[in-house]
Amino acid sequence: MTPSRRVLITGISNYWGGRLAQTLEQDPSIEAVIGVDSRDPTLELERTEFVRIGTQHSLIRRIVQAAEIDTVVDTRLVVDSIWTSARSAHENNVIGTMNIVTACSGPDSPVRKFVFKSSGHYYGAEQDDPAFFTEEMSRPHPARTPIERDIVEAEATVRDFAERNRDKTVTVLRFVNGLGPAMNTSHIRLFDLPAVPTILGFDPRYQFIHEDDIVGILEHAVRDDLHGVYNGAGDGVLALSEVIDLLGKQMLPILPPWGTGVVAGPLNRLGLRIPVEMLNQLRYGRAVDNRKIKAAGYRYRHTTRETVLKFREHLKMRALVRSSREPYRYEREVEEFLRWSPSVRRTGADAGKAWRPSPRQAAELRHALGGMGDPDVPPTADATSINRPAAGPGRTSAGTPRAPVPPAPRPAATSAAAPPAPDRPAPASTPATDYDALDPAELVALLPSLERRDLDELRRHELSRRRRPEVVAEIDRLLAASRSPQGT
Amino acid sequence: MKEPIPTTTTTVDEDLEKVLRARAATLPARQAGARDFLPGVEPERQVTDWGRSERVEGALDRTLVDFFYRYWFRVSVEGIENVPADGGALLVSNHSGALPPDAPMIVKAVKEEHARPRPVHITVEHFFKGYPGFAMLLPKVGAVPAHPANVHRLLQDEQQLVLVFPEGRKGTEKLYKDRYRLRRFGRGGFVETAMRAGTPIVPVALVGAEEAQPIFAHMSALKRLTGLIYFPLTPTFPHLGLLGMLAYLPAKFTIRFLKPIPTDQWGPEPWNDRALVQNVAAEVRATIQEHLFEMVGRRESVWFG
Repeated sequence: MTPSRRVLITGISNYWGGRLAQTLEQDPSIEAVIGVDSRDPTLELERTEFVRIGTQHSLIRRIVQAAEIDTVVDTRLVVDSIWTSARSAHENNVIGTMNIVTACSGPDSPVRKFVFKSSGHYYGAEQDDPAFFTEEMSRPHPARTPIERDIVEAEATVRDFAERNRDKTVTVLRFVNGLGPAMNTSHIRLFDLPAVPTILGFDPRYQFIHEDDIVGILEHAVRDDLHGVYNGAGDGVLALSEVIDLLGKQMLPILPPWGTGVVAGPLNRLGLRIPVEMLNQLRYGRAVDNRKIKAAGYRYRHTTRETVLKFREHLKMRALVRSSREPYRYEREVEEFLRWSPSVRRTGADAGKAWRPSPRQAAELRHALGGMGDPDVPPTADATSINRPAAGPGRTSAGTPRAPVPPAPRPAATSAAAPPAPDRPAPASTPATDYDALDPAELVALLPSLERRDLDELRRHELSRRRRPEVVAEIDRLLAASRSPQGT
Repeated sequence: MKEPIPTTTTTVDEDLEKVLRARAATLPARQAGARDFLPGVEPERQVTDWGRSERVEGALDRTLVDFFYRYWFRVSVEGIENVPADGGALLVSNHSGALPPDAPMIVKAVKEEHARPRPVHITVEHFFKGYPGFAMLLPKVGAVPAHPANVHRLLQDEQQLVLVFPEGRKGTEKLYKDRYRLRRFGRGGFVETAMRAGTPIVPVALVGAEEAQPIFAHMSALKRLTGLIYFPLTPTFPHLGLLGMLAYLPAKFTIRFLKPIPTDQWGPEPWNDRALVQNVAAEVRATIQEHLFEMVGRRESVWFG
């Protein structure tokens, strides 16, 4: 199957969506990363385009069709009930998932891959559980807590989608409790307390996964084709007592083994929020078998124990780090400026990949170059991927050579061989003048999107005309950069 | 080693790595199986992935279990060579005693008498995972809930010894008058699990535990009150309190490990043949029962063997 090139991430504004987008936008082979969410992004994104919509399937479908999305990653699932009411969690988890798979289904849909981030809560935590859940096991009892019911229902929707669309790759990733500096879950809140309350007489088994591994597995699912369900959990299962010991805290068995829920109620009011799905885990614990994703080629970066130790480091360092860093705030105007303005200087390695001309600039540039010298040169800006009709069948990706190669030895007849009247181009509105009239800064910003042949052409033209030093220097630099790796 | 080690510029480590890599390249490509992806061992850990704690188990083993094994029950062991020295194997034993002393004694016997001492995982009812105290302690000493998936992973993937009691609580709650009469052997699930893992079944007959803690009656009102699976009346419990549960009578124990039954002799996927599974289960039960009667008949004294 062809690799993913155009990715849509739903839930871009939660931590996982943001992290995945940050990872994917570093990869030049990913042409487009588009994120949708109903809230503003919380992580700083470089070239990911953000569209602020909810989960209305008609809107998502339009984006999917227009941008020819081939891969949809759904990271929206709410798996911790302390954050929202059960009602809005249900709306997001069940109805939202239904809408998104609806937007991706149908014979005319360009989507080839659907990656769904699920949770280990799918399995629940019960007395008669196996010690390690494998992917094909289902929970021994029906889900009792609202969040677990939602997750089971959402997965059923995805499974149904997979069965109806057998030509698409559908990946379901079930992650155990995550742990990491940037996360905030009810377990992390619990471990943050000076002494960790537990249920008297119980020492459940726990597995954690580092936030980097969650992002790593999501990325692995985008890059590789993983069919079916995969568990995500760090190697090793710890007893809760060992976790607390590693964190350097005290175990505080204050929750009674009988009537735990009755005591948890008033504690909630005191600020110690223990959601119902967590009570089951604190009593019975849970572990999953993580070997399937390893067999599919993923290598975990952290074991459960290392994850806990990293988290301990974070708890120690947090007070120092927090004060020195300002939180990111999304401002639409700033993001637009950073993405599209020609005044933004791009340097070094990210000069070519992080920026593409806006549609207006691309049109201008094509216009300018089209009439500059060689009429046979097809519109240059086609090499960039943005302003092409959505349904174009013979689509070439950015960076590949264009199909109609013009005859090479064509001299730049009009501009170089026949300079009839210097400083006096004949008609006032020839494209060449448009080009000459371009601001040097604007021109420098446009240059990285050009190919070598065009750069050569442009250099000759520039030297014969205005000889702006900063423009010539930039062209030379780019030419040198393009020459060196190919060893010309 | 064919090529001589170049001694010019590279360091020894690099040479070694090169040689190893060259050798590895000549090996036939191995099919990666589930076993290859088991988590690695982290030596700093306090408990294993199953919750077993070397510290807790070792401390109990050196003190309480050792005392009972050597001086109290004076365990004598027969046929220890029937326990395989490597690979997975399913030990199947009869079960008795209100708080059954047979499980730790079998584990200790393999540890003490076997030429290659190996840990044994005891399977216990799911009930204990939900009962405070038991839930904390039992995994620490190597007990795992008796789920077929757990036994399968231990036998096939981790190549361990697993001890099951197919009678379950039906064995431990039976009254003194029914001693040494085996109960029903579950639904034959243990045979199916061993077949799926392709590991042998080692039947075990144990004499002495019935007399160590005989049950005279059950108290259902107290059972309901405490939420336990049964609440027995023994010579020492409940009138001596919780410690009475540990006050065993000094019966003489004899453990006999019987000939292993290989489970890979019936062709592919024998577990689909329900009749075969039931037959093997019945056969294992009959073998243990036969040996029990023979051992009890030969015994001259409950206390001195």
